[in-house]
Order: sequence, then structure tokens, then C-alpha cells
Amino acid sequence: MHIKEAKSERHVLAVTVDNEAGILAKIAGLFTARGYNIDSLTVADIAEDHATSRITIVTNGPPEVIDQIQAQLERLVPVHNVIDLTEEGPHVERELALIKVAGVGDDRVEALRLADVFRAQVVDVTTSSFIFELTGAPDKIDNFIALMRELGLVEVGRTGVAGMMRGAEA
Amino acid sequence: MSKQERSGASILVQGLVDQGVEFIFGYPGGAVLPIYDELFDDQRIRHILVRHEAGAAHAAEGYARSTGKPGVVLVTSGPGATNAVTGIADAYLDSIPLVVITGQVPTALIGTDAFQEADTIGITRHCTKHNYLVKDPSELKSTIEEAFRIATTGRPGPVVVDIPKDVQIALSNGEADAGSFVTSERYQPRTEGKTDKIAQAVAMMAEAEFPVFYTGGGVINSGPEASALLRQLQDITGAPVTSTLMGLGAFPADHPDWLGMLGMHGTFEANMAMNKCDLMICVGARFDDRVTGRLDAFSPDSKKVHIDIDRASINKTVPVDLGIVGDCATVLQQLIDAWGDRKAKDLGEWKARITGWRARESLAYPPKKDSIMPQLAIERLYALTKHRNPIITTEVGQHQMWAAQYFHFSDPNKWLTSGGLGTMGYGMPAAIGAQLGNPDDLVIDIAGEASIQMNIQELGTASQYRLPVKIFILNNEYMGMVRQWQELTYESRYSNSYSDSLPDFVALAEAYGWKGIRIEDEAGLDAGIEAMMAYDGPVIVDCQVSKDANCYPMIPSGAAHTEMLMYGDQVEGTMDDEAKALV
Repeated sequence: MHIKEAKSERHVLAVTVDNEAGILAKIAGLFTARGYNIDSLTVADIAEDHATSRITIVTNGPPEVIDQIQAQLERLVPVHNVIDLTEEGPHVERELALIKVAGVGDDRVEALRLADVFRAQVVDVTTSSFIFELTGAPDKIDNFIALMRELGLVEVGRTGVAGMMRGAEA
Repeated sequence: MSKQERSGASILVQGLVDQGVEFIFGYPGGAVLPIYDELFDDQRIRHILVRHEAGAAHAAEGYARSTGKPGVVLVTSGPGATNAVTGIADAYLDSIPLVVITGQVPTALIGTDAFQEADTIGITRHCTKHNYLVKDPSELKSTIEEAFRIATTGRPGPVVVDIPKDVQIALSNGEADAGSFVTSERYQPRTEGKTDKIAQAVAMMAEAEFPVFYTGGGVINSGPEASALLRQLQDITGAPVTSTLMGLGAFPADHPDWLGMLGMHGTFEANMAMNKCDLMICVGARFDDRVTGRLDAFSPDSKKVHIDIDRASINKTVPVDLGIVGDCATVLQQLIDAWGDRKAKDLGEWKARITGWRARESLAYPPKKDSIMPQLAIERLYALTKHRNPIITTEVGQHQMWAAQYFHFSDPNKWLTSGGLGTMGYGMPAAIGAQLGNPDDLVIDIAGEASIQMNIQELGTASQYRLPVKIFILNNEYMGMVRQWQELTYESRYSNSYSDSLPDFVALAEAYGWKGIRIEDEAGLDAGIEAMMAYDGPVIVDCQVSKDANCYPMIPSGAAHTEMLMYGDQVEGTMDDEAKALV
């Protein structure tokens, strides 16, 4: 007997929650308990009175599972609303990455040149290393990291995706 | 101390009184001593001392399910809380409203592996509808109010309120600080179905030639009104009705359009009607795997309407054509109103097919001369007690299925069983809770000799509070359902399913001040039941039944509704791994 796997698609969910203790564990735990995937998860306080936070979750699964994820999240008492950005339409996704590259000579020059192409900022520099700060869609960051691998990549830190619908509406 | 200042424990007890709490099922311990001291001279709430915290949670469930009111549990930190977890998980799966108060070590000791410390909030996070760690006594009042509202409204469920010992002692004027959550804003369950969807459902019902109502525990949870409305809607549409294990009693079992329970041990007619219908109207049920059988063969040609208060239940396992999010009673009333004075289609052909399926007599079982068939025992128990309209609780296993099949219910809130979690040991404490909530009713726990031992300590609770509960054990000396599956799947290799070293149940009953009755043969069956009924106090009946009787009809795991096994079918054998992997 073999375990079957279903085809999946990637979705970005923006979840507004009460800013209370344990809410992140509750949401992350829902995903593990029900066997859903988390590709990335970001959370930060977004309200003036610090009462609510916004959690952006990148997940993947078959369409009916994505629908269940949204329903299960909405069922949690501290969850105010869940927006499936992928489903709703045009939206922006941005992520920030810090990328440390060590090297000397041509590799070092090439890394700096590529950083310029990708509009990455240099936020730390030594004679043998750079830390680049790069903001953009996740695939742009993936591409940059892939190039840096050949030029002395040492360390990567990524924030995960923050997303928002385009247009004037909230 | 200003005049209005009170301790956290006092605020808590006042909060419970304000919610109309009559009983607390609990067990004291170090981390709840301030609350117990507060309860000591309080005449407004009666504390029921159980013998184990698991019993407290199930007793509260039994109270809740038989009265429609929330059950309240009070246990200490650490082992007190962890012992209650099974009951909390049980209430979560069966949507039973519970408020469980757990003591916690003092705030300053949380996280230090203190004596009797457990991360109650972490442990119960995924088996509660919501939970709280209260760190400030000023938040207790609003927390208790919200906890009861969450437990009892929407899809009901258990709510845990974890209160550190120092918060129980600290003083407060009881008012929440400004800036704490505003309860009305964040939790707003939807009770009314959308008008366009109601109209669509009525149109589908009016068009259907082979409709069936598939009803569940949601109808019971919605209150007696929902059961009355279900009967009314059935009356005007004429569609036959089947129900899940949890929904029994919502529709009267003596009604000509009652099909019996559906699913794994449901009747042939119920499962065939589900398979062959052209419209399935699911009311407050959730397409559980025990109901659907093999999903890709589940009711292949029907349109499906699903009414559920929990949006997440809709399209979870079975995609439906029309989902209506709302409370069962409210939506049933909306459907009746929208139906107006339409005339139902002639369902003559459909009813004739159902009559044909009924003729299979799927609940028939072979008589036995030398021992009591357990099915017969339930039939006699029903015949001799039905005039009292008893409340029946069960444990989990074959006896539970036989009770569901052969004991018939005509009213909601009379049938209390652990459906979702399938918790052995549920029945006796649930009977205790039900008896407290319904002091004049006859309450019987139909049990198996294995299940009853899982919470046997609660015999003492019934003795202490003079509760005349009856326990009717179908004793076949096996964990019968395990044995039945071993016959079906593992060539009768009875690995650890024999109930060895059983106690003498009559002597055990007497040791606790109960009456014990043993029934050994069919000749003594009626007399034994009559003697149980005649005794004004708690009774254990050890009814020794056929050791090899099995529970039929049965849809084997991985099979479709149309592939039912009946009594007498060759059942011993093995299964392929795909089927073995299903539970």
C-alpha cells in the first residue's frame, strides 16, 4: 500500500486576528493538526491600539483543501477575517531577504554587480563579505539566491511573504 | 480593600451563578483550593464530587446533552486537567457545550515545571472551541461570560478557562480593564440561512422524486424546537428520514417514514435510500466516515443540500450542491415558511422501493437456545422500559450499536452516546450527569463488560448522591467490536480482545451499596429487567449474553453503502492493506 498525494496549488492568505497570547500557536497548530502545509508565515501587530495582528500565510494544497483551510481559520474565535489573496484577484506579494556572501576577487565583483541588477542594498560590508538586503516577490529572491550560490553564499534570512490586494479597497 | 473588591475565586463563582449554573462536576486539588473554599458555604451551586476527573467531564456532557444546558467542570492543575482532556475532546467532536475551569500554578511559577504544572492551554488548544489563561482577576467576569456564550452558541463545544492560583486569590472590583477584548465583535455565529439559498433548497425539494432527509446531532443541539420543525417539514414534504448515531430521537422511530440509523451499522433501507436518492437534505450532520463508507461511491447520483451551523463542515469531505450555513431550527423554519402551500410530489414509487428494501429485514438475527442474544436483551429492555421514556446512555462498542439499532427513540435529548471520539467509559458518568439534570427520569447506561470498567470508580459518585441510575451490561466476555473486526480482518486472531479476570459485577455493585442482578438465561431476562426497574436506587445488571454474536448489518471499511454484510454472511477472512488502513 502506498500513501496517495493530491495535486496542489499555492495560495496566500491574509488573516486578521486578535492580538492575544497563544494565537500564533493556535493557527500554526491548526495547520499541523489537520495536515495542511505552511510554506511561510509572517505575523505582526498592525493596529494603532495594538489589538489586532495580521498573519500572512503562504500555503499549498488542492482547491478543496484551501477552502477548508479558510473555513477552519474562520472558525477560530480570535480570527476576525481571512482573505485568500490568490483567489480574490490582483494583489502584491513582497518579501525581504538578508543574504550574506563571502568572497574575494572576481566573485566579489560579480556579486556586487548582480546585486545592482536586482536592486539589492548593501547593508554590511567587510573586505571579504557583503550582506545584501533584497525586497521583492519570492521568486525574484529565489533567483538572486540561486545566483549567489555560485559566488560564495554563506547565509540567508527571509521574512516570508506579506501580501495585499491591489486597488483602493481594504 | 474597597467595598466592591472581591477575590478572583469569588468573581468566578458569582459569574457561574449569573450564568444559571446548577451543578459543577469536579474534583479538588492544590491549585483550585481558593475556588473550593468559595464553594464551601455557597448554597446557589451544587458541587458533585466525582471519583476521577474523566468522570467529571463525561458527567457534565451527560448533563448538557440531556438538558440542553452547558455542563460545568472544575478540576485542578496538572493531572486534574489532563485527566479531563478525554472528556473535553469527546465534547469537542460531538459538539457538546462545556465550560471547564482548570486551576493552574501561580502566574510566577508558570513555565518552571512547578508541582502539578501542565500546559493546559497548549494541551487543550486543539480539542476546545476556545480556551483562556486568565492572568488578571479583573478579566474573569468578562471571560466567564464569553466562555459560556462561545460554548453554547453557534456550533456548541467545550471551552477551557485556566486560572492560576494567585489570580483566584487576588482582589479586583470585577470589571474588565478598558482595552480588553470586546466580546460582541469577534464572535458572531450565523444562525439564519441566506434567503436565496433557502429558496433554492425549496425548489430542489419540490422537484425531487427520491428525496431523503439525513439528519444528525445538530438537530438535537439546536434544541427541541428543531426536532419539532423537522417533523413538520417531513410532514409537508413526505420525504423519508434517516439519522446518524448522534441524531437519534430527533425524528420518532415509530413513524412510517423513519428509515432507522444509517452508516456502518445502519439499516439496509437507510443506506440504500442514501445511495439511490436524487436529493439528499443533510440537516446538522457532517458526512462522517462512519456514515459515508467509501467516499467515491457515496450517493453518486444525488443532489446534496447541507444545512450546518459550521461553515467548515460544508464541503469538508463530500462536495455538496447547496450549502446553507445556519442553525438547524432557524433554517428548518425558513424552509417551512418558504415551502408555503406547495404540494409535495407523489413519492409513491420511491416509498415502494423503500418498502422493498425494508423487506430485507436487515436487523433480523438468528435465535439462540442456549444463550441470550444481545439484540434480544436490548429489545426486551426497550419493551419493558419504553413507557417510562427513559434516557439511555452507552459506552462504546457492539452494545452501543445494538442499543442504537434496537432501542427506539421518539424524543430528542434521550440518547447520550460518544459518537465522534468513541470514548469507552463515557456511559456511566454521563448517566450520573443526566440523572442529576433529570431527577424524575429513568436513566439507563447500556454498557459492555469491558467499557464499564473504564470509569467504574464512578459507582461511588452515584452512591454518594443517591442517584438511581441503572447500568445494563451486555456481558459477552469480549471487547466485542474489536473481536468482530479481528474476525473480519485478521482471520479471528483474537489479539488481546478477551475480557479476562472480570470482576463479579453483582458483588462489585453491592460493595458500593448498589443492587446487583445477574441474568444468565432468557427465562430470567424479563424478570431481571423488571427487578432493575422496581428497585428504587442504583442497579447493575450483569446480563450474560451470547459470546459470539456480532453486530449487523455492517458496511465493511472501504466498502460502499450498497455492499452491506447481513447476519449469516460469511465474514471471516482477511482484507487488503487499503481496507485494513481504514478504521
